[in-house]
Amino acid sequence: MVAQNIFFGILSAIVILSALRMVTTRNIVHAALYLVAVLAGLGALYVLLTAEFVATTQVLVYIGAVMVLFLFGIMLTKAPLGNAMEMTGKQWPIAAGVAALLGGVIVYSLVNHFGSDRLVTDGPIYRTADVSDEVFSTYIVPFEAVSVLLLAALIGAIVLARKD
Amino acid sequence: MLLNQFLILGAALFAVGVYGVLARRNGVMVLMSIELMLNAVNINLVVFGVQHGVVSGQVFALFVIAVAAAEVGVGLAIVLLLYRNRTSIDVEDFDLMRG
Repeated sequence: MVAQNIFFGILSAIVILSALRMVTTRNIVHAALYLVAVLAGLGALYVLLTAEFVATTQVLVYIGAVMVLFLFGIMLTKAPLGNAMEMTGKQWPIAAGVAALLGGVIVYSLVNHFGSDRLVTDGPIYRTADVSDEVFSTYIVPFEAVSVLLLAALIGAIVLARKD
Repeated sequence: MLLNQFLILGAALFAVGVYGVLARRNGVMVLMSIELMLNAVNINLVVFGVQHGVVSGQVFALFVIAVAAAEVGVGLAIVLLLYRNRTSIDVEDFDLMRG
């Protein structure tokens, strides 16, 4: 129990600090690397929550595929490295106010509603086989819909990005 | 472990993502901040799945990951197209529909 709390503290500190650096750094490649730290920390938190398959997918899809896409996007748009382009707009104080207000309202309502409810730690543990049983029985129609969505997104991206 | 410590982490991550979307000028950075917000949703889904002892939370998180991958593909194609047509990815340059 104590060990889990210690690891939660370390991982959440990594996640929050990297996220804050990601939205404030002036170098876009550094921002992409901070995003990797955020995603890896979240993957470790999924392991802490016994969601092993979600953690694996987080590493494979997010850190593997999505980050490569982002780096391609950065390179292809010739994002100025360093400080050549002002990365944060003039409206940043308003944006910070909106974000702080939103976060404050969400945290207030969470504390108000859940208070000091304890996380159920003696519940069933779902392994990858259980997740796949659920995906291919109860959620088979949404699963096929997601397959079609991915195909449509693939074709759409090719049509949008090709030269002619 | 409290339920709230995970939920508040998700809320904080979502707020940081909102700040990134509103304050950043680079189109690719805006897309990255959207990823932060989607991940905040994912951690809520997984933790509520654990709390209620159901597997649906994990399944929904997987669906969100798949949809996020599709979103990034199309979003980056749009950013690329904007760069090709306007030679800029500064979102403040794109104000054609401003009244």
